[in-house]
Amino acid sequence: MTAASTGGSAGGGGGTGRGSAPLIELSGYGFQYRAQSAPTLHDIDLSVHRGEKIAIVGASGSGKSTLVNVLNGLIPHHHRGTSTGTVRVLGRDPAAVPLVETAAVVGTVLQDTGSQFVALTVGEDIAFSLENQQVDPSEMPARIARAAQLAGIEDRLMDSPQDLSGGQKQRVAIAGVLVDDVEVLLLDEPLANLDPATGRAAVELLDTLHRDHGATIVLVEHRLEDVLHRDVDRIVLMADGRIVLDAPPDQVLASGALEEHGIRPPLHVTALAYAGAPVTASQRPSRSADVALTAQQITAVQDWVAAAPVAGEAPADGEALAPGAVRSDASGTAARTALDLDAVSCDLPVGPDRRRTVLEGISAAVRPGEMLGVLGSNGAGKSTLARVIAGFEEITGGRLRIGGVDAAGWSLAEHGERVGFVLQDPGQMLSRPQVSDEIALGLRARGVDEVEIARRTATVLEICGLSPFRSWPLAALSHGQRKRVTIAAVLALEPEVLILDEPTAGQDFAHYTEFMDFLRGLHATGTTVVLITHDMHLAVEYTDRVLVLSEGRLLADDDPARVLTDPALTARADLVVTGLYDLARRCGISDPHTLVRRFVAADRERRGARR
Amino acid sequence: MTSPLLGYLDRPGPLHTLSGVSKLVLVLAVVLGAAIGFDVRYLAVVGAGSLVLWAISRVPPRDLAVVLWLIALFMVLNNLGIFLFAPGYGTELFGTRHVLLDGPWRWDVTAEQLFYQLAVTLKYFAVLPSVLLFVATTRPPELASTLNRIGVPYRIAYAVSLALRYIPDVQREFRTISAAQQARGLDTSRAAPLRVRLRNLTSILMPLLLGTFDRIDAVSAAMELRGFGRGRKRTWLVRSPLRGRDAVVIAAAVVVVVVPLVLLGVNGGRFWNPFV
Repeated sequence: MTAASTGGSAGGGGGTGRGSAPLIELSGYGFQYRAQSAPTLHDIDLSVHRGEKIAIVGASGSGKSTLVNVLNGLIPHHHRGTSTGTVRVLGRDPAAVPLVETAAVVGTVLQDTGSQFVALTVGEDIAFSLENQQVDPSEMPARIARAAQLAGIEDRLMDSPQDLSGGQKQRVAIAGVLVDDVEVLLLDEPLANLDPATGRAAVELLDTLHRDHGATIVLVEHRLEDVLHRDVDRIVLMADGRIVLDAPPDQVLASGALEEHGIRPPLHVTALAYAGAPVTASQRPSRSADVALTAQQITAVQDWVAAAPVAGEAPADGEALAPGAVRSDASGTAARTALDLDAVSCDLPVGPDRRRTVLEGISAAVRPGEMLGVLGSNGAGKSTLARVIAGFEEITGGRLRIGGVDAAGWSLAEHGERVGFVLQDPGQMLSRPQVSDEIALGLRARGVDEVEIARRTATVLEICGLSPFRSWPLAALSHGQRKRVTIAAVLALEPEVLILDEPTAGQDFAHYTEFMDFLRGLHATGTTVVLITHDMHLAVEYTDRVLVLSEGRLLADDDPARVLTDPALTARADLVVTGLYDLARRCGISDPHTLVRRFVAADRERRGARR
Repeated sequence: MTSPLLGYLDRPGPLHTLSGVSKLVLVLAVVLGAAIGFDVRYLAVVGAGSLVLWAISRVPPRDLAVVLWLIALFMVLNNLGIFLFAPGYGTELFGTRHVLLDGPWRWDVTAEQLFYQLAVTLKYFAVLPSVLLFVATTRPPELASTLNRIGVPYRIAYAVSLALRYIPDVQREFRTISAAQQARGLDTSRAAPLRVRLRNLTSILMPLLLGTFDRIDAVSAAMELRGFGRGRKRTWLVRSPLRGRDAVVIAAAVVVVVVPLVLLGVNGGRFWNPFV
């Protein structure tokens, strides 16, 4: 059991500052927003010491974003409310000093850094804080260069924000904070808008800042497996506005408390639990590649995989059809395909006179009743593909057939009758105050009679589990519920194909599971579903077949499990292989695929039993 | 189209390289000069100058098409309005009456009236192209620093430049929301009756507005965290120094203001009267 003590002080800098006073200290802290009837935070005790790296995790609504705002001083300076207990940042109460004094200690990188660019070039954006401090312009370039180098964005100083990827924009935001020599770097859901490969690069960057430059880092996330790609000193688990656990990661992972509070543990940890050989803290289970597996655990996993109910059972309902069969089908009779893309290309304007090829020569067919995934990293062209199918963008080459009919020259409304496109942000689709009005909106516009409107509204409300909310104001619904309203509104038009753009982005595990199970139910009623996602595990868990895009080209059209086991392909498409593959490899399972299938089946069984 | 409605256009041209300050001084001089002077000869020269500047700026009018059409529309409406409500104003001003076309009741077309309306129209040509050009050739951060340099509080200067900066983003958002609503059957094209179109437009504007408010809140929080508004002053990374050609531009600005003042004396009033 000597390993336990090693586990406790993991992550180099962790122990150095323990003796001195903490940088941030909260004790017995509670907070209630002025507009809300109940407190959002209760009885928070938390201290952050110099040189630590802490991950705060929690489901949506657990209060973690509010905690971020307490740490950086936006509460009480920007968001008002009443608080109890004490907060000290470098020994001072943020409420008693101007916001900038707190911000000079705790540098915050907010969510969605892309929309917060305040300048026209990277260099100017990094300089923003210096300008506000009235630093002499002649001193700025050196400081900008240093911060940009720390954040790994030094070669893009003259670029404008629209030329940067999501990951690069985040680096600019980090540099904009580092330029100030802050004590603590605080990041609110830094991975939320990044694809897994970019997310890992961000985690690596933060780790370098922590280890090589002694930065104190607090990050708030619910994508724990990605966060644990590099060591953290502590995980703080929040639920219902309280801290339920504050311990080194190894202990937290072994405790089993994560799943209970809506956070998905790393997949290999769950798999070992399913196999009946759960990890212990002393095995340092953070990463699939270096967890100290025992011989007994390896045997347990092997036995568990071998004991699968039906050998080689496919992950989803459409197991009978091999992916290749679809294409040959399509060439014969186009009428049997829901979607048929033939060498589809799309150029989009990127400036006054410039156009960029976003899609090039995409050929694929989708059968009616299929659940298809479109995989790829950010910028691979996934969203554009969806927008092309939905008629939001025009095709500049090739042919698109929907339900066997050439869609050339269709209006958006005509596309909308056959293809229901659900945008990532429900806020972009909802315009009525009330749920049932929102659903009826499209039907009224199409001149459907009131009796039929009532019938269809009732049907889709039922399918989407929204019947109890039919007369609720939309503003009172949660993000997941609002998303369902957009799906209901689109389904009411009875489209042949439903396309969802990143349906689970930013949702915690509990909501993710609930939502995906709902989609599977919808698919079971015969709706053709196309999911745009960068989440590999989602594709494996829920789809029969995936299209893999990279730089606007189609790299593969295959069974998701097969795509995942092809290292060359995943590398080219910038996808991240899940921890289950490492586990399979380390347990000597020759076909990692079988372990993945066993896992998905067990996962589903477990969830079914819980309901 | 994702090109901006109004805002900085990143196309290298001679006007882009001038300092924001000298350009702003010139624009203010043109606005002031056109406000003082009603001399058609002066307005014609300034209007022609504006158009020449536009030509050498290499900003294609197509890029600002929407704004130009709106201005043209206002110009026509303004002219019609003047003629409708004050068809005899020209005669009043110039003291003569040369009827060119005998209209019903008081709406006779007189040379004096046409001459007066020509002066009004020329004001559009003198002022608006230069204002648009200034906005199109000055990068928003520089615009903010320029406004600040001539005494506008930096908070207001920054608000103006940020608003211009976010126009393309809001446009992109508008396009997506509009496409999503059209796909649901909400027609906002000319095919739908005006009443339906307006109602459908509100279904696009509501999400756009709510989204914009959220964004403003997030951006203002982000800016506050980075120390915006902490002091009464701030410095600016980009502040292009004044060079030789900037001096030329500022000299031109002085001329643009002085000439109408001189003309006031020469003409014995705001108008140049060719009818006597």
